[in-house]
Amino acid sequence: MKYSNKPGRRNFMKQLGSVSIGFSLFGSLSCLTENEKELAMVFEHTPKNERIDSWLQVLEDGSIEIYTGKMELGQGISIAIMQVAAEELNIPVSRIAIHLAETGITPDEGITAGSRSIETSAMSVRQAAACAREILMEIAGTSMKLPVNELVLEDGQIRGREEVKNFHELLQGNQIERAAYEPKEYYGKTQRNIVGKPVKRPDLEKMVRGETFYIHDMRFPEMVHARVVRPPVYGAVLQSIRQEELDLEPGFLKLVRSGSFLGIITEGEYQAVQLQQKMTDRCKWYVTKELPQYENLTNYIKSLPADTQTDVENGNLAEAQQNAQITHKAVYSKPWIMHGSNGPSCAIALFDKEKLHIWCHSQGVYPLRETIAKMLNIPVTDIHIKGVPGSGCYGHNPADDVAAEAAIMAMEFPGRHIRLQWMRQEEHAWEPYGTAMLMEHKATLDSTGKITSWNYELWSDTHSTRPANGDPANLLPGRYLDKGFEAPQGGGWRGGTIRNAEPLYSLDNFKLTSHSFSGPLRVSALRSLGAYANIYGIECFMNELAAKAKADPFEFRIRHLNDERAINCLKELQRMTTAVNPESGEGFGIGFARYKNSASYCAVAALVGFSENKPAIKHMWGVIEAGECINSDGLKNQTEGGMIQSASWTLMEQVTFDREHITSTDWYSYPMLRYPEIPKIEVTVIDRPDLPPSGAGESAQGPTAAAVTNALFKATGSRIRDLPLSK
Amino acid sequence: METIEIKVNGETHTITADPNTPLLYVLRNELELNGPKFGCGLQQCGACMVLIGSQAQPSCMLPVSAVSGKDIRTLEGLVSKNGDLHKVQQAFIDEQAAQCGYCMNGMIMQGVSISEQEPEADERRIRERLQINICRCGTHCRILKAIKKSIAP
Repeated sequence: MKYSNKPGRRNFMKQLGSVSIGFSLFGSLSCLTENEKELAMVFEHTPKNERIDSWLQVLEDGSIEIYTGKMELGQGISIAIMQVAAEELNIPVSRIAIHLAETGITPDEGITAGSRSIETSAMSVRQAAACAREILMEIAGTSMKLPVNELVLEDGQIRGREEVKNFHELLQGNQIERAAYEPKEYYGKTQRNIVGKPVKRPDLEKMVRGETFYIHDMRFPEMVHARVVRPPVYGAVLQSIRQEELDLEPGFLKLVRSGSFLGIITEGEYQAVQLQQKMTDRCKWYVTKELPQYENLTNYIKSLPADTQTDVENGNLAEAQQNAQITHKAVYSKPWIMHGSNGPSCAIALFDKEKLHIWCHSQGVYPLRETIAKMLNIPVTDIHIKGVPGSGCYGHNPADDVAAEAAIMAMEFPGRHIRLQWMRQEEHAWEPYGTAMLMEHKATLDSTGKITSWNYELWSDTHSTRPANGDPANLLPGRYLDKGFEAPQGGGWRGGTIRNAEPLYSLDNFKLTSHSFSGPLRVSALRSLGAYANIYGIECFMNELAAKAKADPFEFRIRHLNDERAINCLKELQRMTTAVNPESGEGFGIGFARYKNSASYCAVAALVGFSENKPAIKHMWGVIEAGECINSDGLKNQTEGGMIQSASWTLMEQVTFDREHITSTDWYSYPMLRYPEIPKIEVTVIDRPDLPPSGAGESAQGPTAAAVTNALFKATGSRIRDLPLSK
Repeated sequence: METIEIKVNGETHTITADPNTPLLYVLRNELELNGPKFGCGLQQCGACMVLIGSQAQPSCMLPVSAVSGKDIRTLEGLVSKNGDLHKVQQAFIDEQAAQCGYCMNGMIMQGVSISEQEPEADERRIRERLQINICRCGTHCRILKAIKKSIAP
């Protein structure tokens, strides 16, 4: 099976500067030859975010195609966006298609990150759709010579007294080129027939049938395969390669070398896998930098040079500390942990007629285009990148790296599609990890059990080295090319480090100091960034303080909150868990946070015991309040998944390395939670349709870590502060 | 290179391949099937599982020459001729038992294997059977539910 255009749906789009061509999810590249003129516009054009037709177009059969600049990562953003559009246009979800991020086709929405896709993309689509409805009603009124209030919008059609017209008929093949404005009404707020409901994801139907869905499933005529030959260590220079009899290797097509970047291209995939092995043995590397060895992570992190800054200072800490009845200190740490996508990263690239096409699962096709243009020193207008779903990424995994590597090789081997997929060992050992962090807390209490001061010092490497700033060094191959883009220094952007570093609790005297260090491992954005460790520390510390104050952990938190939504969330968790009665050897614990202190509220409880002398989570409960809920089942699914993933990080995950390189290279050397250890999970959604919706995909990470750790403390009576809990 | 006959989803295919080629590469690249996925290539994650007879087995290290003549089924082969889904596939949709869905192939293969080999399996046993299958998104509870409700005859 090869790819072909979906039949006859897009001819209408040739007009009005609104360009879309035969790039459906797996659009054919036959349009390279058939529609060169139109294709050229993919390179020059960027849809304007303010225009309605940039987000929404009416197809020939009256159905709707939505354009989002975001990527489907498994978080279920597609269905949520489809639901908000369906609601505003009163059309079934089944008559809505969604076009994921693609340069020149969809709006530029930067990176799919930070739990912001509902707040940004879905709300832009909602606004465009509500405007489109009002405009379509006006057009129908004029055409049917009726006042708008006598028209009925139903099932994606507008009915007058005598006639019924679908959206395509009303627009006579045109699109709505106007700028979006503030519509009179949002059906999503006033009617809510589709929004808020557990509408099923249409993409699951494709998945269970094994239909073409992932980047890994794309096949083009004459496509060839590639692999990259990795250095033994981050800091290495390729000295020599034994190239004898390469031509005799089965399927061998080309060796691509630039500086210390080495790639191989073969006809068949398994041939590339075998040759990658062989070439690894045939390369000689000069190691420029070894990895450090240390006994104790805390001491090691503190020994690193750091850029220190006071981020928050409220009240008078010194005075409060002096007058304190009780002072308590604790130091927590977390190691480097990995995204560990189940499917190794994959991309396809084609250089043809002086233009570069890339298919990949990047979280940001526009930023990636800019960075690849700089890396290859070609104009942005010569590159086209189409986002195609990959395996779940949970942040900045090697999706961009593999796209850049495929691009480098495509430039050296024009005319054929090159498919590059990383092997498991590469995915584990070369991805950018979530950094290790150190969290030092000191607080004081008065005699009534009120927190009177809190001093928080944290140490962290950066939480983003995304290729978002156009720096080719943020693409792994960028460091090894002839041009030698310098590997990025750590430190840098602090936003991720201090995410959720300020407790939501009302504290009169609070100080936050952050120390930004440059660590030895490649790091970047992992689900919730610094919030995971910050909330973990804060919420464990809250339990420790509650104990000092001889207070119940629920009550102690509520006592220090004046945010009603936060209190409701905790009270709901309390209600869900009132009947929980830990047996001997078991413990119960909670954790809570509002993600980024501005998005969703999430409270988690855990019941932890032991199994074969290791901590075992028996049961977890979660409450999520994300303002207006768009898809209740999606919200639950994300929260359950976040809880299990965080439980796995917290209990057992840690990237290890020796002097040479990462030693966590597969699922045995980097174990994660598996089925026999998965706890029961219950999640309650608090729906607040009166509020704006907020993203929720990262909200459970921090609260879960604290709930599990606090529960383990209750079970054992001794507190572990350095993650992972079972070492 | 050798000529090898393999029987996949009821059809016999003649392929020319290095006999050591893992079955997974043949299924994905020669037969253009999408069901079995490359996850680790080390038999540690289950993404590449296929049914050989009624046994779910990773295909990423299994030489294609070793399965010649055996009955191999993939995700695609579970769908009936009229397009109806297998009850285990349907249960995954009913329970919305996926996030990214990359691991789903292996989970469904295990589910079908359990339903054919030990449909009376309790949850503990199902969890044991799924030990090899990694899900990184944390969709385990839904997957367990889907398998539990669909394995009974």
